[in-house]
Amino acid sequence: MLLHDTALVYGRYLRQSLRSRFALLFGVLTPLLYLLFFGPLLTGLPLGAAGSSWQVLVPGLLLQLGLFGALFAGFTIIMENTQGVLERMRVTPVSRLALLLGRVLRDATVFVFQAVLLVLAALAMGLRAPLPGILIGFGFVALLTLSLASLSYATAMKVRTPQEFGPLINAVSMPSMLLSGLMLPMSLAPGWLDVLSHFVPFRYLVDAMRDAYVGHYATAHMLYGVLVAVGFAALAVTTGTRVFRTAGA
Amino acid sequence: MAAVISAARLARTFPTKTGPVEAVRGIDLTVHEGEILGFLGPNGAGKTTTLRMLATLLKPTGGAATVAGHDLATDPAGVRRVSGYVAQSGGVDPQITVREELVTQARFYRLSKADAVARAAELARDLDLTGLLDRRTAALSGGQRRRLDIAMALTHRPRVLFLDEPTTGLDPGSRAGLWDLVRRLRDEHGTTVFLTTHYLDEADALADRLVIVDGGVVAAEGTTGALKLRYGGSLDATLQGTFLAVTGRAPVPTDDAPVAV
Repeated sequence: MLLHDTALVYGRYLRQSLRSRFALLFGVLTPLLYLLFFGPLLTGLPLGAAGSSWQVLVPGLLLQLGLFGALFAGFTIIMENTQGVLERMRVTPVSRLALLLGRVLRDATVFVFQAVLLVLAALAMGLRAPLPGILIGFGFVALLTLSLASLSYATAMKVRTPQEFGPLINAVSMPSMLLSGLMLPMSLAPGWLDVLSHFVPFRYLVDAMRDAYVGHYATAHMLYGVLVAVGFAALAVTTGTRVFRTAGA
Repeated sequence: MAAVISAARLARTFPTKTGPVEAVRGIDLTVHEGEILGFLGPNGAGKTTTLRMLATLLKPTGGAATVAGHDLATDPAGVRRVSGYVAQSGGVDPQITVREELVTQARFYRLSKADAVARAAELARDLDLTGLLDRRTAALSGGQRRRLDIAMALTHRPRVLFLDEPTTGLDPGSRAGLWDLVRRLRDEHGTTVFLTTHYLDEADALADRLVIVDGGVVAAEGTTGALKLRYGGSLDATLQGTFLAVTGRAPVPTDDAPVAV
């Protein structure tokens, strides 16, 4: 029943995404602008990391795409709450968990699709990276999206108004991006900033992805990256489930 | 007649920054099989909160209730299978077509794909939506939207239908059409209908029996005739006068209340 319901919810929201193709492409715009107008600035700089500047920047941009996109996913549920759509689903016997899982799986699908577009653009700009490394990168984007979208939906169920939700998400997303070294590697950072960045989970993901992009798969970075990504996803989906299961939430 | 809904001391308290608010203090009521029950009360009396509890959307903080034999606290899934609920605001996505919404809702109620498609077509015929199946719900008129909202709640042929202020915002023609629909549901399918309203003409015309709530408790109940006789002084008393006698105030401020159409 959980599978049946999740597939139903997933289908409904995937069709919704496909209907708004503009939004689908618009999501890639910000990282694409960074790629086009920020990426070329880095090609001659010593970044203190293995590989070309593209192998450093593209993993960061992919995570940025997931970070910003998924964190704002909760807005849709605030809208559905206002329209009564969520409530009309909750009076049916549909699995509460499926209402969450169907949505976050749709989000993960959309973000992997956008990530593929971004990587194709990066290849045109000069990125060269091993295919397994790129595929591992997509795996990280999918897991990150799953986690952050779950947390975003859970938060949106609690705050309920866009006026509260927007500023809250901004307050989380900007420091997360800057403190995890998505734009430039934290190996350039002074000691205190490097230490601080280790408290941000995305730091581990971007380090692991950068290793993957230069073909290093059996590293400590990779191990920590996988552990943090999987642990964070488990924690986030559990939190989301708990909120969705509570009646009246 | 068998009781299809029964509630005992059903209560709900909301925690707020300024302390707990008792929206529903303790509702006792019984609704019989095939009955159309009008649930009346001034704004803030606890009508919607009670309805949301009975529809499993809100956990009671006290008391107990059963719907068609399923206990609200221990078997909410059972309650959902046998009942349909239409919120005041409805609940359809403006960008999605009538057909897709009907089929999706039927599938949420666990109908197979083929059954869901057939049921959507059948409901569209019954509720005069056939020509609108491929329109986005945003393109429907108020009356059409309401019929769709009700169709959504009927996809699984529920024994009990909860309607929260079903005719608010409808024009007189659509209101009359909706009243006919509710009567037809009861007459043809034996559906028990539990509806909240603050239009007294609606209660008078449609409901077999009224329950008047005030301050989160049942203030009076009975047939319109019995209530008029007891609180209004005679069978010729107006329901408005009766309501005032029960609650001490009008159901809504009189300037915006269309007591008669």
